[in-house]
Amino acid sequence: MNLLTVSGSPHVHGGNSTKKIMYAVVYAMIPALLVSVYFFGLDAIKVTLISVLACLFFEWLIQKYLIKGPSTITDGSAIVTGILLAFNVPSSLPIWIIIVGALVSIGIAKMSFGGVGKNPFNPALVGRVFLLLSFPVQMTNWPKPSVLFSGITDAVTGPTALGHLKEELGRGRTVSDIMENGTKMFVDGQEVIYQLPDYMDQLLGNMGGSLGEVSAIALILGGLYMLFRKVITWHIPVTYIGTVIAFTGILYLINPEQYINPGFHLITGGLMLGAIYMATDMVSSPMSTKGQLIFGLGCGLLTVIIRVWGAYPEGVSFAILIMNAFVPLINSGLKPKRFGEVVNNG
Amino acid sequence: MSILKTFKIGGVHPPENKFSAGEAIKVLELPKQVIIPIAQSLGAPSKAIVAKGDEVKVGQLIAKGEAFISSNIHSSVSGKVLKLDDVMDQSGYRRPCIVINVESDEWEESIDRSEDLKAEITASKEEIIKKVQEMGVVGLGGATFPSHVKLMVPAGKKAEVLVLNGVECEPYLTADHRLMLEKADEMLVGIQILMKGLEVDRAVIGIENNKADAIAHLTQKVINYPGIEVVALKVQYPQGGEKQLIDAALGRQVPSGKLPIEVGAVVNNVGTAFAVYEAVQKNKPLIDRVVTITGKNLSATGNYIVRIGTSVNELIEKAGGLPENTGKVVSGGPMMGKALNKTDVPVVKGTSGVLVFEEDEAKRVEPSNCIRCAKCITVCPMGLEPVLIAQYAESELYENVEAEKAMDCIECGSCQYTCPAARPLLDYIRLGKFRVGQLIRNRSKK
Repeated sequence: MNLLTVSGSPHVHGGNSTKKIMYAVVYAMIPALLVSVYFFGLDAIKVTLISVLACLFFEWLIQKYLIKGPSTITDGSAIVTGILLAFNVPSSLPIWIIIVGALVSIGIAKMSFGGVGKNPFNPALVGRVFLLLSFPVQMTNWPKPSVLFSGITDAVTGPTALGHLKEELGRGRTVSDIMENGTKMFVDGQEVIYQLPDYMDQLLGNMGGSLGEVSAIALILGGLYMLFRKVITWHIPVTYIGTVIAFTGILYLINPEQYINPGFHLITGGLMLGAIYMATDMVSSPMSTKGQLIFGLGCGLLTVIIRVWGAYPEGVSFAILIMNAFVPLINSGLKPKRFGEVVNNG
Repeated sequence: MSILKTFKIGGVHPPENKFSAGEAIKVLELPKQVIIPIAQSLGAPSKAIVAKGDEVKVGQLIAKGEAFISSNIHSSVSGKVLKLDDVMDQSGYRRPCIVINVESDEWEESIDRSEDLKAEITASKEEIIKKVQEMGVVGLGGATFPSHVKLMVPAGKKAEVLVLNGVECEPYLTADHRLMLEKADEMLVGIQILMKGLEVDRAVIGIENNKADAIAHLTQKVINYPGIEVVALKVQYPQGGEKQLIDAALGRQVPSGKLPIEVGAVVNNVGTAFAVYEAVQKNKPLIDRVVTITGKNLSATGNYIVRIGTSVNELIEKAGGLPENTGKVVSGGPMMGKALNKTDVPVVKGTSGVLVFEEDEAKRVEPSNCIRCAKCITVCPMGLEPVLIAQYAESELYENVEAEKAMDCIECGSCQYTCPAARPLLDYIRLGKFRVGQLIRNRSKK
């Protein structure tokens, strides 16, 4: 007879794995990727592909020659980081800058802490913010969306809705003036009127912005898939988005000429991408439900503060990274409810 | 239909795989030899009172439980004592056992071997407790806590309700299920005896909804037994945990570090209730029990009445022998059972089932880095943070292990079952609990 295996209980395993979780996130991002291909053309595929390949390469390289451990590139986490990094940059970004971003994401933000599960900050966001601070021109050169293969080259660029709004408000204009009359701009020596995207365009993603952040509908679709697969819970996205709506709603009620309505904040910029895909990153978000509610609240407040009063038009990346730093504190301060702790003997 | 009750924190739902649920209980043939360990219950080991060469009858006392928490052990067969020796038991350690060669099947005359139901309870409260102790009845759910101790409510406390554990939340196992179907009346009389012993007028039988036939059968039967009610529970592991069952059936939470009596409850397994019936009404000591033999690729699964001390091998033979690709044999269920390192070890009072796994089910998944998904925290039925306790234990920070309430852990294994990184969480938590136990003992010495 064969020798019997002896091990401690439990003797069965539920079958969930890091790989399954990571690939579920990858699948969830496919709708948003398709939308960006539709609006930004093959550049979107190029940027995403290079970002993913570079992330995989750097993880393999560091694991093999620096950490000298078993390869972890098949667990899917580098693919998730690669796609998220690509989603957070303009589709016109030069290839070498993307590769630098991948190196920072994987090399500094992830592998230097020990690889998957060990990173305190979201790797894709660290890479993104590094690029934004280092290459501000290339990182804010937003190609204008054009329906796929319509012949318009990617040389046509325009501002993001949030960036435009912030700039014009800074010139002393009112919200209604910007929205109704548009803004005269010179593009290639010709005068054009730039209009803020209308709500339908915002929802579908027909506006300037980072590659993967533009389509709120596609992002929500992927989010529902992740909820269904139990990869994320509702706590962080709902409190994050809820806080942004509440905070900007209060500001809007105070002065609608100075502060734009919450709906605009909701579906422009990186809020959906950040709240659904990046703030929910298991590794860098709190573990207890209570902690996740606090985390979402903090992300929401910081995002609005940066958007409205900060130097940058968009605050999602910074907000999440700042809250990432609070996660150990939140984890140690907010414990789950123990059994028998609150005795309720009815 | 109303919403099914269950416990409120955590839990998992592993595949049930109750292959032997339809197999009626059969009596396993007498073995040629039995090996009876003299420590078969929680508490102090019993003291052997027979010697090599002694002739013993079925039901004869062979080891006496002398401490308060310990239990009597009786011969399960008739024959000659071959030796008193250290023999490897299910734990994998060599422990003192009484080895008896079977010669015939001669029972002690005092035992009533008839199948007739004896429903009238004549024994007083004191007589019940004495009888349960004398007959060596222990908790048959697996913890083997001496049953007479549970009947003695500590001074200052009052039992209000007896909770019967018919949950059988472990996948694969069906022994309690079959017993509820086939011995319902005996079990219900046993419950009445326990109620009389505890001086309570209410008993609740908790049964998970995957045993609809048992729920229906007992619901029908309890009409004739005043004070006893059946509660259908949602299938959720580990509902058979004492504290989880009280929470599910009564909605009361036993405080951390306290016993169920704190909330007026006493929990007994349904199998124990049957053993109590046999002890008090039939004068029969605990010499056999129902054991499930099961596994995905066994040729025949089943439920057998097995004499205590019978080799696990005999059961496996009955199920068609170990398949070629067997990788692991577990005593008990897949979530909390114990892996055996060999199969010629004796069935004891706490053996509820024998489970045979194929090779590819036997190996653990290779662990990878924790990704802090917090799924272990979500499923922990005690509201603990398994990941944190395991990390502290791994780092040998045992004071922190204690501060994180590791001693509340019931070792149900839900955390490790659900972990996507396949971390050996419960291994580390067990190590941590063991070390904390040492810390606590050292502290009380000072």
